[in-house]
Amino acid sequence: MTTYLIKNAAILGGDPTDLLLADGVVQAIGASVVELVETTFASDVETIDATGLVALPGLVDLHTHLREPGREDAETVESGTQAAALGGFTAVHAMANTEPVADTAGVVEQVWRLGREAGHCDVYPIGAVTVGLAGERLAELGAMADSAARVRVFSDDGKCVSDAVLMRRALEYVKAFDGVIAQHAQEPRLTEGAQMNEGELSGRLGLTGWPAVAEEAIIARDCLLTAHVGSRLHVCHVSTAGSVEIVRQAKEKGWNVTAEVCPHHLLLTDELAATYDPIYKVNPPLRSSADVEALRAGLGDGTIDIVATDHAPHPHEDKDCEWAAAAFGMLGLETALSIVQETMVDAGLLDWAGVAERMSYAPARIGRVAEHGRPIEVGEPANVVLYDPSVRRTIKASESASLSRNTPYAGRELPGRVVATFLRGHATVLDGKLATTPHEDTRSAPVSAGTPA
Amino acid sequence: MKRHLLSAGDLTRDDAELVLRTAEEMRSLADRPIKKLPALRGRTVVNLFFEDSTRTRISFEAAAKRLSADVINFSAKGSSLSKGESLKDTALTLEAMGADAVVVRHGASGAPHRLAHSGWVRSSVVNAGDGTHEHPTQALLDSFTMWRHLAKDGGSLDGRRVAIVGDVLHSRVARSNALLLRTLGAEVTLVAPPTLFPVGVEGWPVETSYDLDAVLPKADVVMMLRVQRERMNASFFPTAREYSRRYGLDGKRMRQLQDHTIVMHPGPMVRGMEITADVADSDRSVIVEQVTNGVAVRMAVLYLLLGGNEPAGTTDGTTKGLSE
Repeated sequence: MTTYLIKNAAILGGDPTDLLLADGVVQAIGASVVELVETTFASDVETIDATGLVALPGLVDLHTHLREPGREDAETVESGTQAAALGGFTAVHAMANTEPVADTAGVVEQVWRLGREAGHCDVYPIGAVTVGLAGERLAELGAMADSAARVRVFSDDGKCVSDAVLMRRALEYVKAFDGVIAQHAQEPRLTEGAQMNEGELSGRLGLTGWPAVAEEAIIARDCLLTAHVGSRLHVCHVSTAGSVEIVRQAKEKGWNVTAEVCPHHLLLTDELAATYDPIYKVNPPLRSSADVEALRAGLGDGTIDIVATDHAPHPHEDKDCEWAAAAFGMLGLETALSIVQETMVDAGLLDWAGVAERMSYAPARIGRVAEHGRPIEVGEPANVVLYDPSVRRTIKASESASLSRNTPYAGRELPGRVVATFLRGHATVLDGKLATTPHEDTRSAPVSAGTPA
Repeated sequence: MKRHLLSAGDLTRDDAELVLRTAEEMRSLADRPIKKLPALRGRTVVNLFFEDSTRTRISFEAAAKRLSADVINFSAKGSSLSKGESLKDTALTLEAMGADAVVVRHGASGAPHRLAHSGWVRSSVVNAGDGTHEHPTQALLDSFTMWRHLAKDGGSLDGRRVAIVGDVLHSRVARSNALLLRTLGAEVTLVAPPTLFPVGVEGWPVETSYDLDAVLPKADVVMMLRVQRERMNASFFPTAREYSRRYGLDGKRMRQLQDHTIVMHPGPMVRGMEITADVADSDRSVIVEQVTNGVAVRMAVLYLLLGGNEPAGTTDGTTKGLSE
């Protein structure tokens, strides 16, 4: 296995230093690197000049749609994890809304196995909360938790667990194995036929509104339920200023609530719907600039714990049509870090240590993933991203590793570029391109979750 | 006026008045024994209707034929294709057939906008009603009708008070009229129960009211919108009876109107719901005249969009007579 000597990398944006990645772990940092290379790791050493690059812990996405099994025309585990690696991710959580739904141990183990075979990043399947995402009865959450996939995050994402009793039971039940319910907060009756953010613009465009209150009402209810049963709630893709406020209050009360925001909600606004181009159609919808400001502030002050991509590939024909007929969702893995740089780092709301927390440590903690989201320190798993924040690039849909092309950023200039991604010391991305040989996962059995970091 | 007519908001005051003046000329044609002009000979107009609307389709068809255009009626309803495939693939088919103008009615808001800006077709696109968004030729024919009654002899609609009453939330007619009447200088008051106003209506260039009786005595025009009885099932109002009592135009309410005030309705009417038979059939009612004017206005729109004076086949469908 190749040993990587990384020279002059700014770990979390700090002073440039050297890093030695070998045998899957960070072997040395700083002055001791040179000595170790000469004594212990002399053969097959590749040196990478990381001058000007920021080293971050491998990113962890808590919200990815890999589409396999069932919609391999939109994305596969192979292509989705390639996109993830190119975006600097070393671990993704695969959402359960596949066909068949990931609501049994069999399906989650299939996705888990496909992830290991792909080797571009680790795949942690998310289990459905209810059978078939139908919102009627609980799926076998325990069987998924006990499976080889070791599921800890459960979500009906795409649909809301709207039944209050079912939600309560799910929150209670997952306490047995330290699970978390990741809720897609959308009151279904208030959003029947909803197409875009409800506001002055939806009225003018004649597109059915998706009101903020439909998200906020569910979040408020779920925070109260979580507190009542003493469980753990994670709120998916928070999109409104009101939601940030509710999560803030829940945290102030000490309730076990975490929340995520998607890159597109940090950057884009509902004004884009005026084009009627469904490349901007997403659920929850793009909101107002006031919401965007509140989300950025919430992510900055920690009210929102993490950035999650909600990477949602769709085949061309599902976006090349009129707005109402189009599918909800947009690609996100390959642009997430750039958008966080643009909206948070360059805006002075977050430093690189903050980015590591929001995009690596915290999502791994919430997902109870022990082997990711670790600091770049000697002895830790060598999951590392090298990122060049100084360049700017124009996004081209055709250059995505995803099988789908539904990026809303095509033609847009964004800052930064992932130069290299290392998964357990193996380069999945080098010089901004996929490394040719995928990482062979030699771990014999799933690692125990252990105590959260 | 642009190459397409997608929204009443695309029209400047000059554009709109040009359409109205042209429509006046077209209308005089209706009184002649031979109701046909050679203006669009050799041009092809496609009526692309994804939603049933016999009256609008017939109106466009009559307008195109009176201008000697070739007319193709394409009803996509009942197609086995999914909606998305159907719009794009149909557009490509029409493009291949050499359509000069596509008149499109679609249940999805923005579908004509998509057609015009997706690169699928090069022809002019006329919005004949899209979802709950807009219906600009309806607004033009409504303004034309008001103009003929209230602004004769070179006058204008400046300062005229127009009450638009009913299901504003779901009405593309209300949206287009609010935009166009504002452009033409009229003062619009939308009247509806609070549940049937769109969120954000306070940002529109109109007045709003929940009280029909307070608005009627000042109005020069009362435009009643169709209200589907089924809306009560979604709790927009308790019962059809209660709706009629509070927002329906009946004989008693009609007596509050000024002598010159006209009553309009875009059709189809639900008699007994938003309007009673005695009002619909009264002397104030210009509802049948709206239909006649619809043909004249649509002739004007097609004529102006397709540059009727040009010989066939020499233009690429860009606007003549109206500025780009």
